[in-house]
Amino acid sequence: MKNKIVYTLFILIAAFALCNSFVIENPYFKITKKDVKLKIPKGFPKPIYTFKKNKLNPDVFVLGRKLFYDNLLSKDNSVSCGTCHQRIAAFAHIDHKLSHGIYAKIGTRNVPALQNLIWKDAYMWDGGVNNLEVQPINPITSPIEMDESLANVVLKLRANKEYVRLFNKAYKDTLINSERMLKALAQFTGLMITSNSKYDKYMRKQDTFSLAEKNGLQLFRAKCATCHKEPLFTDNSYRNNGIKVDSSLNDFGRGKLTEIEKDYKTFKVPGLRNVEMTYPYMHDGRFKKLKDVIEHYSNSANHDERADTLINKIGNLTAQQKKEILSFLLTLTDKEFLYDRRFADPNMLQ
Amino acid sequence: MKKRNILLVCFLFTIVGFNAQNLSLAFNHFVNNQALKLDSSIYKNELGQTFTVSKLKYYVSNFHFKATSGKDLFINETFLIDEDEEGSKKILLSKVPEGNYTSMDFIIGVDSLHNCSGAQSGALDPVNAMFWAWNTGYIFLKLEGRANTSLSPGHFFEYHIGGYKQPTNCIRKVSFDLGKYEKTITKEIKIKVNVLEILKTPNAIDFSKLSSVTDLKNATLIADNYKDMFELMSNEK
Repeated sequence: MKNKIVYTLFILIAAFALCNSFVIENPYFKITKKDVKLKIPKGFPKPIYTFKKNKLNPDVFVLGRKLFYDNLLSKDNSVSCGTCHQRIAAFAHIDHKLSHGIYAKIGTRNVPALQNLIWKDAYMWDGGVNNLEVQPINPITSPIEMDESLANVVLKLRANKEYVRLFNKAYKDTLINSERMLKALAQFTGLMITSNSKYDKYMRKQDTFSLAEKNGLQLFRAKCATCHKEPLFTDNSYRNNGIKVDSSLNDFGRGKLTEIEKDYKTFKVPGLRNVEMTYPYMHDGRFKKLKDVIEHYSNSANHDERADTLINKIGNLTAQQKKEILSFLLTLTDKEFLYDRRFADPNMLQ
Repeated sequence: MKKRNILLVCFLFTIVGFNAQNLSLAFNHFVNNQALKLDSSIYKNELGQTFTVSKLKYYVSNFHFKATSGKDLFINETFLIDEDEEGSKKILLSKVPEGNYTSMDFIIGVDSLHNCSGAQSGALDPVNAMFWAWNTGYIFLKLEGRANTSLSPGHFFEYHIGGYKQPTNCIRKVSFDLGKYEKTITKEIKIKVNVLEILKTPNAIDFSKLSSVTDLKNATLIADNYKDMFELMSNEK
């Protein structure tokens, strides 16, 4: 009898220890020094955000990951960054036209993908944010997104034992402030780098293109690549892409921000990597499918009167040309990035 | 390397007998000649419209002292002055070497470098609510209150002024002639801040027409006003 109790106890303790170690030491979520090493892909320009004042470190990255997937950042602890920025959609919000916030509020713009962010000189559809580190203050404080104050987020972190431990591990002292929180998030999002699509492998001569993909690339270079410039597929400019202002949203883009006339009705040219997964498209998510986007550019008669001259130059595409461009765009999907374990939600068991 | 240089400089000063010491700048808020009292006292603007003030906060940074020796002193620090925080109204510039200084200047606001430097702490921590997230940049000055003539709900007025890029750059430089005062005997410089100037010249603000400035639109109107709000009171000996 006594033996039986000891035996049961032993099993229980062993099982408990095993579970515990499984959660903490799960290799799928383990981040090593190698995981946070910045590698500039071949052919990419020098990044704009350099991590110089935010030294990459596995413990800071892990803190950033925890923050990214934590509902604590929102006022009623209901949504996290990861709610609308989903890994499988290159951190856009799959199948959602406009962003969701707390209390089921709906925003006015389509959630942009988070990828290759360190090559951007500004963030948001209107380019209002000038540094990767201060970007998260927007969703956190926006009344239609997380509706929380930065000061209160810091208070919540200070009161949370797990964060006290993680900050201490990351920064080797007990200070918890907004600067450290934002820098940790910047390490997590800044390392979201996609450079292993079929297109990249084709360029590195590690893969081949079908005839349609090849023709598509040629057409793309002739008609789209001035704005969607390789290898990042954006020239970081703001343009009117010909879509008319939705009268229910009345979003005039960059002009509202700069108060400069020529900026009215312009939006940032988005990078097109993983575009297969970032549907729906455009700043207000008005097009469900890629073929709708190609159709829009092909049909200059329907363009906004202030459309960029380059947009109107695309001209009418034949059915075959449209198919070929679409074939090419699908080569921009990078499965290694979409399934990169480093960016997985650590709250999910894999 | 830099640290070593500083150490070397400190060491040299000790040899020749100079002692770096602290200099404080005290900001005293007035409405013309009346000391500012939040929420209670009633004031009048240039157009005779009455108003009360509920909030006054602003940044001062990048101090420069012109020295007769030619060795000008630059202190690239930023301070947030808040009428409601007693301790914030006296700022301490440390390690000011003794010498003769003929003028002092600083900027109202935050320079462009610090507007683009990402997450920061201390005076520049965004938790101080002097930061625009959607159009990155610091709010250089906040003046809020109530005026019967304001057509906003509750007759409030609020002026949040910021912007570091042309054509809406609201950084303004303020210079003072210090005469030829000797640092050796001055511990504190008292500065009078006349809140009325924010509403006065060159752009007399009419509460009934402009009760709210919270982005770049109209911001320079107020910036051109606030550049004249400082005045030297005395050097305390």
